[in-house]
Amino acid sequence: MPMPTAPLPPGTIHDVTCPFCGLVCDDLVVETTGPRLHVVANGCPLAVAGFERDPASDGAAARVGGRPATVGEAVTAAARLLCEARQPVLAGLATDVAGARAATQLAERAGAVLDHMNSAAGVRNLLVLQDSGWITTTLSEVRNHADLLIVAGADIARRMPRFFERCIGNRETLFGGERRCDVVYLGRGPGSEGAAGASSTVIECEVIRLHEAFAVLKALAGGRTIGATEAAGVPMARWRELAERCRAARYGVIAWMAADLDFPQADLTVQGICEFVRDLNRHTRFAGLPLGGSEGETTADAVLLWQSGFGLRTSLAGGSPDQDVHHYSAERMVRRGETDLLLWVSSFNAARTPPASDIPTIVLGRAGMTLSQEPAVFIAVGTPGVEHAGHLFRTDRVVALPLRALRPSPLPSAAEVLTAIDAAMRELTPC
Amino acid sequence: MLTRLSGGRVYDPAHGIIGQVRDLFIRDGRLVAPPGPEERIDREYDLSDRVVMAGAIDMHTHIGGGKLNIARAMLPEDHRGDLLARTDLTRASSGHAAPGTFATGYRYAEMGYTACFEPAILPVNARQAHMEMGDTPMVDKGGYVMLGSDDFLLRMVAAGEDHRRINDYVAWTLAATQCIGVKVVNPGGISAFKFNQRMLNIDERHPHYGVTPRDIVRVLSRSVHELGIPHPLHVHASNLGVPGSAESTLQTIRAAEGRPIHLTHIQFHSYGTEGDRKFSSGAARIAEVINHTAGASCDVGQILFGQTVTASGDSMAQHRNAAHASPRKSVIMDIECEAGCGVLPFRYRDKNFVNALQWAIGLEIFLLINDPWRVFLTTDHPNGAPFTSYPHLIRLLMDRGFRNERLGQLHPDAQGMTTLKSLKREYTLHEIAILTRAGPAKLLGLDDLGHLGVGARADITVYRDLRDRERMFVAPEYVFKDGEVVVRDGRVVAVAWGRYHVVRPEYDRGIERRVGEHFDRYQTMRAEHLRISEGEMGDFGHGAELVTHPCRE
Repeated sequence: MPMPTAPLPPGTIHDVTCPFCGLVCDDLVVETTGPRLHVVANGCPLAVAGFERDPASDGAAARVGGRPATVGEAVTAAARLLCEARQPVLAGLATDVAGARAATQLAERAGAVLDHMNSAAGVRNLLVLQDSGWITTTLSEVRNHADLLIVAGADIARRMPRFFERCIGNRETLFGGERRCDVVYLGRGPGSEGAAGASSTVIECEVIRLHEAFAVLKALAGGRTIGATEAAGVPMARWRELAERCRAARYGVIAWMAADLDFPQADLTVQGICEFVRDLNRHTRFAGLPLGGSEGETTADAVLLWQSGFGLRTSLAGGSPDQDVHHYSAERMVRRGETDLLLWVSSFNAARTPPASDIPTIVLGRAGMTLSQEPAVFIAVGTPGVEHAGHLFRTDRVVALPLRALRPSPLPSAAEVLTAIDAAMRELTPC
Repeated sequence: MLTRLSGGRVYDPAHGIIGQVRDLFIRDGRLVAPPGPEERIDREYDLSDRVVMAGAIDMHTHIGGGKLNIARAMLPEDHRGDLLARTDLTRASSGHAAPGTFATGYRYAEMGYTACFEPAILPVNARQAHMEMGDTPMVDKGGYVMLGSDDFLLRMVAAGEDHRRINDYVAWTLAATQCIGVKVVNPGGISAFKFNQRMLNIDERHPHYGVTPRDIVRVLSRSVHELGIPHPLHVHASNLGVPGSAESTLQTIRAAEGRPIHLTHIQFHSYGTEGDRKFSSGAARIAEVINHTAGASCDVGQILFGQTVTASGDSMAQHRNAAHASPRKSVIMDIECEAGCGVLPFRYRDKNFVNALQWAIGLEIFLLINDPWRVFLTTDHPNGAPFTSYPHLIRLLMDRGFRNERLGQLHPDAQGMTTLKSLKREYTLHEIAILTRAGPAKLLGLDDLGHLGVGARADITVYRDLRDRERMFVAPEYVFKDGEVVVRDGRVVAVAWGRYHVVRPEYDRGIERRVGEHFDRYQTMRAEHLRISEGEMGDFGHGAELVTHPCRE
């Protein structure tokens, strides 16, 4: 697929879109010196790590069986493996819109299961969406409307370093007056850095017990009497006070990151948050803010959804889409020996490598990726927003931002490689 | 390559052709004048006894954008009953209430539709909407961009800004988002909901900005008119679904102050408050006003019984209705100081009084509006029913016996509250061709679609003339797209990707700096990144051509 813009000449580049977390900030300033990039403004640790990584040498950009190969040879080898496989899994899926579109097309031909490296988190939200739904909001609404933010067990500062600067720390809003948004951290404290300028409260408890907190908050906000003296190890008086603050808020927001709710049945915690939010909306305005979507998770899910009607963890083995968010976990299928071929796409972060396995693996990875096991086929691919242009969805699933190529590169995009594998499969077999 | 479609009975309302037998000639994807005797006919289709119309155009169908993807994600149980397996020709997908884009395109074409317009594109979500429409095969597409609850416009209206600046903003938004029309949804109400307002009547002031829905309709209808955008302001009026909404609708028509205005899914806005249940039909009042207001048009948003999903930008109304969701789940979203959305599955039941009366009200509107050029056949897909129910709806309009038989099965109290049984009108094929082809093309300013004159795109649908109109319209014998057969006997036989249709009114570039500053101060993205380039559109649309339609002088 042709890309919207050509690589830019050296110098200082403004309004750069950053693909290295789900916030997808689009105001970075990046300096280029030859192939080297340097984030000079509006960066964060994730952006610096992503953009300033040493550009890998162009040599041995593809390998077959551990030996250097041309991209064409590697593509042919990958197509052969896919044709021979009985139940391939196409996972990782850390790529842009074009990459996701190419992946679905290839998955149809190969009869593959499609999963993303971060979908275990996404599934915790999806189960709630499919069971009862929710009331949510987006980043600019938080920035302008929110007067109370509750952070539910999430380490936002680590996973989305600029969230507080961009959505809470702003001095002015659309509606005039002094900006004031109190922040309450539930479960864990603010982590490395909190919200600059905002007044904050921390209510520490075990994150795995947050569902107790929200059950109690919901009951209290609904005016029900509670006999217990504590919930989630925190005295009831504190929950009572928080419930009152929620009822008094004009536009409250509860943010969570499903990735930080990493325990069994965490969807029930998300459900608890969403039910509390729903009840508060009887009297005031309140909204949930599910944060996540890094490594192109929201992008892959969105593309698969609009094309097939089903999101991640969908199998195309039977010709038509079949979603099962438990069964079609790539990690589970590899672990249980239910797949005989793994194709892993990881174009943003060289540290996100495929799960260890003894089945043949094809890796489309960021250049310089270090793998603990040599895969059957490795093809270095460009990073969208660094080596080639593309599009990425933000955490809110509303905004899809354009990514630019910042430096010239001989590396193909994941989309180009996946499309080439699809074409090679068509040549090899009438499948 | 010269193709002749010979001997068909042609319905081409734009040229006053009503069922006359005509030969049509196609060259290079367009209809051409009859060739001289010396010219060789390369291909011929004998269409004797067949009904020939232009490809149908759906001028209001929710086929792309964030709210549809929410609906898809929410409803695996709905898709599972309607799976499309991959074939050598077509992609895997799934259908029913919120189909995948591939299924959407194939199924529209299989019913003889060759163009679809998405009516609710949020500026910040426009790129996704175009990506989804780009992945919708077989049909041409375009979209209406939503304004009227965005803080930028509300601030301008509240400040009483020079109207020319508002025109600049509307024109900039159209250009940036690659749309063909402007839509307003519950004017100001989506924003007011963010301030905890639960209703916003036409003369009620927005709790922060102090502007009223009437102000917003007046300002936007004026901008659309002054910019020369062919499609009038597309209005989803205040108080959707509320008993008494008919009054809001009549006031909304007046708010346009005589300028053209299109009232969308007007069935949901045609309710009175009479009767024991304080819920009655306002269809007669609405139809009378439309009949006497030359610049007013509407699409119906007919409901049909069964399971569907409602997906709307009207977060205020959807939140109000969330308790009626079936199955009981809903998503309500505030979006980027610009808009909102609400998605809830819904099952319309013929034994439910309100649903039964909604059904009758929609049909009353169809039958009471005299001018078929100003009423359009929609179910507000998927909100009233999935678009795949259009053939059934066409039969209800064309076959009074069938209609009255269905009426007799409804909730008895609803039967007593409708004049439907006394309405003798039956739509003709000529009128159906206006509602579904010539009318939408004219309203949208699509000069080479919706008709069969020389120079038109050869998007043509050929039906067997069956007495059962539902069977007739459900599976055309042929559908031609750009002169090539893409559907045969109701099945896709070739895949096309269609075009995008846009308008680009002129504007003073000074507005870009202001919008840019606004985004930098208040929003969480750069305004420049909202702008979608032609190159991107081509990538999204599998190389789809972008057709820019002229604005009126």
